Amino acid sequence: MSKHSKQYQRADEPIFWGLFGAGGVVAAFATPALILITGLLVPLGVLQLDYASVNAFASNWFGKLILIAVIAFPMWHACHRIYHAMHDLKVDVARGFFKVFWYGMAFVVTIAAGAYLIAI
Amino acid sequence: MSKRKPYVKPMTASWFLNNRFHTLYMLREGTSVFVGLYSLILLWGLAALVKGEAAWNGWLGHLQNPVYIVFHVIALVACLYHAITWFSLAPKAMHLQKGDQKLTDKPVVIVHYVAFVVASVVIIGVVALGGAA
Amino acid sequence: MSQAMMRVTVQRYRPEQDDAPFMQEFEVPYADDMSVIDALHYIKDNLDGTLSYRWSCRMAICGSCGYMVNGVPKLGCKTFLRDYLNTGLTVESLANFPIERDLVSDIGDFVEKLEEVKPYIIRQDAVSVQDGEHLQTPAQLTRYRQYSLCINCGLCYAACPQYGLNNEFMGPAALTLLHRYNQDSRDQGRDERIDIVNAEEGVWGCTFVGYCSEVCPKGVDPAAAIQQGKVESSKDFVMSKLRPRRSS
Repeated sequence: MSKHSKQYQRADEPIFWGLFGAGGVVAAFATPALILITGLLVPLGVLQLDYASVNAFASNWFGKLILIAVIAFPMWHACHRIYHAMHDLKVDVARGFFKVFWYGMAFVVTIAAGAYLIAI
Repeated sequence: MSKRKPYVKPMTASWFLNNRFHTLYMLREGTSVFVGLYSLILLWGLAALVKGEAAWNGWLGHLQNPVYIVFHVIALVACLYHAITWFSLAPKAMHLQKGDQKLTDKPVVIVHYVAFVVASVVIIGVVALGGAA
Repeated sequence: MSQAMMRVTVQRYRPEQDDAPFMQEFEVPYADDMSVIDALHYIKDNLDGTLSYRWSCRMAICGSCGYMVNGVPKLGCKTFLRDYLNTGLTVESLANFPIERDLVSDIGDFVEKLEEVKPYIIRQDAVSVQDGEHLQTPAQLTRYRQYSLCINCGLCYAACPQYGLNNEFMGPAALTLLHRYNQDSRDQGRDERIDIVNAEEGVWGCTFVGYCSEVCPKGVDPAAAIQQGKVESSKDFVMSKLRPRRSS
């Protein structure tokens, strides 16, 4: 007979899946262009990102929202995938610890980015 | 007495190397390492921005280091691979139908690529026009 | 003219005498229209009568002849020798299931999981036979039709590393079958199935590898059904915070 008496527990995954999904969207649509700009075009002198213009951008609320979105969401995305990839690689030790570790890291990055943006 | 003795093949930690599709899956998951590291680099830049102009220019200087250039080339490739896989999977999360016909995934995927081009042009355009005051 | 031959490597496991499976090579006469089960039939009839394997309809509807062909889950009846002339052909039992004997795998766990999702129309209202059929429009049929085409062959379980890593996971076909009934306009059993959907063993055990949909011989697309299940579960998660449901 099947295990009809089996009790199922609701997973807390929807919270993290939502953040993972938001990060996946940002990392797909915005991050490639951003890497191209900050990682290649600006260092190679093709484009400029001078302090005054970036500071002005980060000083208004629209700019702050954009910046926290492109920093925090991809971090949640990455931490979620890395946490699950550990299981894929059969690293199943201390699941509880690593859950706090990875999602905690994304949380800290979010708070730090928020605090910096408020400080500007 | 039962002569049954079901044999369970062990699954090693390198299972994903045995099948091309599974290898590509792990590569897709692996792109997240670069996505995460890039987030940290942006956070570092934001911290520099808060500190002032000297720190900001210092951050830009660090990014000229060949090690960072190489990292960003790899990160860009990883991120583009993430985008390709993301766009191909995006239509799966929704059921779209018109009348009694199910719509194919293709139009949804194409819309994602168009949006990607538009977003990239807008982001690069904004920096090109407003990056230097 | 001598008959063209092809070498076929087959996994053997005889529980009475073997501690582990081993591979055995056979030379099979080749023809363009020969399927993998044709080759297995030839071996059983002419070379080694002790070879065990499941098959039945030979037309991709019974779901019996799932094997790993060169490491890829395939139906033996719709996989042809002609496509393996350059690579060679190796047949093993379906991955992620215990091996019962030779190419026969123990799919008991898979069948239990199919049962577990209550794959039948559940009604909350009391209707009698005299009330007539539950009518359904073509548009309502389209919502679940694709997911009802599953033949329970188990290829998607052999393709799914999450099931291989942890067989508590309900797996592609069972979650798709669950989704198929939830999407059926005649069904009112969503609340009885949502606990499975919401669980770690339910849709959240899936990391969207997507190989299940790739290997499905009927175009069912289990990965899509599970992804839509995640959306459903997420909505249910939010609703449960706003308006707590029964606690069971």
